[in-house]
Amino acid sequence: MHEYSLTKQIVKIVNRAASEHNAKRVTQVRLVMGASGGIIPESVQMYFDQIAQGTLAEGAQLTLRLVAPQMHCPVCNQNFTRPRFSFECPICGTLGSPTDIGNEFYVEGIELETDEPSIRKG
Amino acid sequence: METKDVQIMEDIYAENDQVSEGIQQDLSARGIYAINVLGAPGAGKTTCLINIINRLPGITPYVIEGDIQSDIDTRRLNDLGIESVQINTNGACHLEGVQIQNMLPKLSLSKPGILFVENIGNLVCPAEFMIGEHMKILICTVTDGADKPYKYPLAFEKAAAVLLNKADLLPYVDFDRAYFTKGVQALNPDAPIFLVSGKTGEGFNEVCEWIKARL
Repeated sequence: MHEYSLTKQIVKIVNRAASEHNAKRVTQVRLVMGASGGIIPESVQMYFDQIAQGTLAEGAQLTLRLVAPQMHCPVCNQNFTRPRFSFECPICGTLGSPTDIGNEFYVEGIELETDEPSIRKG
Repeated sequence: METKDVQIMEDIYAENDQVSEGIQQDLSARGIYAINVLGAPGAGKTTCLINIINRLPGITPYVIEGDIQSDIDTRRLNDLGIESVQINTNGACHLEGVQIQNMLPKLSLSKPGILFVENIGNLVCPAEFMIGEHMKILICTVTDGADKPYKYPLAFEKAAAVLLNKADLLPYVDFDRAYFTKGVQALNPDAPIFLVSGKTGEGFNEVCEWIKARL
């Protein structure tokens, strides 16, 4: 159910951008998602297919870029990918602190079809 | 027909975050401090709330209860004279800002005080959605096992305090407190961990002193 409400929001964002750009239809939606968000990509696509029906986003293919959660080691002063069941830096063993990397969830962009030729202002 | 690529870069949580900020400002203007209470099913969230509310005389409590189904918790609170209303999500795993916004008119909110929002029993999604709170508290138990910070890091990262409930059961379970504490401190070095028992009342005076200091 988590995916359902988020996917509604995705469809809303995509359709708003699609109408702003006078799209005929959206062919691709690129999502970026932190792997620690607990979201199942297959569920997002399934809900997307349902919710997008009858809108500009109907039939669009979702592509998902997963971002592995990173922690920051204060001693080595660098990030490391969070191991399972531990927060220890793989190099020095110090406890890392959380970063925002791995929590993101945003619509990066869309690919759309339009009748209008691209207008380049200059 | 032209194909065009459009950059959007829009956060999927942004709209909920905006609604939540509005709720928080509205509550602050009324002198109400909102606490989002997270915890797994059976962690003792309602029992902890009752223990806290009973130890905060002179501070008006309001409660929004979130449950997938039933109004058992709300009736329990109302029977104790605590003004509470129920949200049933009918399957959804967390509360969102809009739901809280819709419930606020159903509470009197006539005096300054504390609004406790008991979220759906779940350590995953409720951590992702702000609901207008000034802070989150997380209720865990010694019977859950000490690995919870490692399995559900976001909930621990976002909580201002962790209540470790069912302390009365410590002698009967193999709970590795050092491992638990280490995990919480890595994620959230500022969050105090209060050992409490909803059954005996142990530890709640300290919790309430800490809450009062944050108001």
